[in-house]
Amino acid sequence: MHGPFPGLNFNDEELRQGIAYAQTRQRKVYLALNTYPDSARLPHWYAAVDKAASLGCDAIIAAEMAVLDYAARHHAKLARHLSVQGSATTAPALRYMYERFGISRAVLPRVLSVQQVERLCEQAPVPLEVFAFGSLCIMVEGRCQLSSYVTGASPNRHGVCSPASFVRWEEHDDGGRSVRLNRVLIDRFDPSEPAGYPTVCKGRYAVGSETFHALEEPTSLNTLELLPRLASAGVAALKIEGRQRGVAYVASVTHTWREALDRYHAAPERWQARPEWQSALSRHAEGHQTTLGPYHRHWH
Amino acid sequence: MKLSLGPLQYFWPRERTFAFYRQAVQWPVDIIYLGETVCSKRRELRTLDWIMLAHELAESGKQIVLSSLALIEAESELGALQRLIEQGQGWIEANDLSAVQLCRARGVPFVASPTLNVYNHRALAMLMEDGLLRWVPGVEQGAALIDELRSALLEDGGDMPEVEVIGFGRLPLSYSARCFTARALDVAKDQCGFRCIDYPDGLPLATREGRPFLRINGIQIQGEEITDLGPELPALRALGVDVLRLYPQAEGMDEIVAHFDLARRSVTPPPRIGARNGYWHGTAGMRSVDLP
Repeated sequence: MHGPFPGLNFNDEELRQGIAYAQTRQRKVYLALNTYPDSARLPHWYAAVDKAASLGCDAIIAAEMAVLDYAARHHAKLARHLSVQGSATTAPALRYMYERFGISRAVLPRVLSVQQVERLCEQAPVPLEVFAFGSLCIMVEGRCQLSSYVTGASPNRHGVCSPASFVRWEEHDDGGRSVRLNRVLIDRFDPSEPAGYPTVCKGRYAVGSETFHALEEPTSLNTLELLPRLASAGVAALKIEGRQRGVAYVASVTHTWREALDRYHAAPERWQARPEWQSALSRHAEGHQTTLGPYHRHWH
Repeated sequence: MKLSLGPLQYFWPRERTFAFYRQAVQWPVDIIYLGETVCSKRRELRTLDWIMLAHELAESGKQIVLSSLALIEAESELGALQRLIEQGQGWIEANDLSAVQLCRARGVPFVASPTLNVYNHRALAMLMEDGLLRWVPGVEQGAALIDELRSALLEDGGDMPEVEVIGFGRLPLSYSARCFTARALDVAKDQCGFRCIDYPDGLPLATREGRPFLRINGIQIQGEEITDLGPELPALRALGVDVLRLYPQAEGMDEIVAHFDLARRSVTPPPRIGARNGYWHGTAGMRSVDLP
């Protein structure tokens, strides 16, 4: 659908061709409609659901109750997945979405430990999908207003955090750089320091007498070493973040995970995360660093 | 217009918390929200203490609402939620869908908090079928959204529930699995030592230019500015807002309540004692401060 950010989405013809391309290769296409429309704009979201159904998408990924309700009533055969933006972290929350809107899968927010994911897999009324690789969103998805506090545009309403139109880079005489989001200083970098994309949660700030990455370092989530546990817990799918990524990233990251998964299925008991997989993934990570994030109890 | 005392977002010592609410019950507020909404490890008051306090304060004739955790990860947290809902008296403030589901299953009326994502009249109508009686719009939702939602709901033949707007306090902006207070103090979350008790109004975070920006409050991040919709009271009335929410601060809360009590009974809007809330006017939340 056409949002306020042209270029981020396919147009209708590209979408049609993309779906055909994937489906002739026995791949499924899920369409994310995971923003929260206000009353006046609801018809646009309904139209997007209609379009997903008419184009033969295999599922929509949505978070908002009115959108899920519309899809359930008008396109009962179109599978509905609860988006990460729906912020469901418990069995009762998942049951609500299942009983109310007949979701058939849910994507979990990136806030649970692997033990909590395992337990939820036992109790959830639907199969679960978890984030495996990509940016580490440290806040509960669907519950973060840091971007909108600074810019007025939120992931919930605009589908994007820290919109590029609000980002300003400043070059200093010594070769260093500062980056501002809607005029708020998010970070300042030495000439030799790599600079990541400026989101509020990954900037450096002063707390007490220290200046540091007070919320999180610029690092990516990588759960490769947890693959056996996630598999035996019964996780239905691993999500690799691919939005707005280049061809090289997508090719390399998906190849790596595909190989890791295939090797796991061939011989689960002998599986180990290979160093070459990890280094391939690290090359595509923010700041070339990865973390298990909240999956790991010690991430604090 | 009714006044409410929103849930205490910070972690105060047990005696201070009891003393605060025993004073608050004398203040001219109509509704008091009680309970821990941020971190389940804050156990100066345990769930049972909050429930007993709710029963004690209910004798004052004020409406007491028990408020639930915004982020539920552990079984023990679900258990606490269950106890809140099964205490058998009064409403619940649902801070996430788990609370909505449990209230719905047991027929307990609830308030939808700012952390439940309600952006349109259809979602609101469905939650009303589930037992919603009052709606607190999310922090990023301003006058225009509420107005538009009301019109759409009425057009659909629905009735608007009570609407409660955050009138005073620091806006709750986000929640994480990480404890930012523990991180700032370089201690593990599991051994945090409950250090947020040392920051009764949260821990200030400034930009590298020294501009106050956010507040760290355990796993929650708040805006630094204390938002104040006092001067917008005439607009709130015109919009049909039923309740004005005041979030507890460590100091001078009695005077803040008195200020808003006077303001709600006056035809002229009060002077601003906090900052503008950009969200209310349809722009960035922090647009209350003068950006350089």
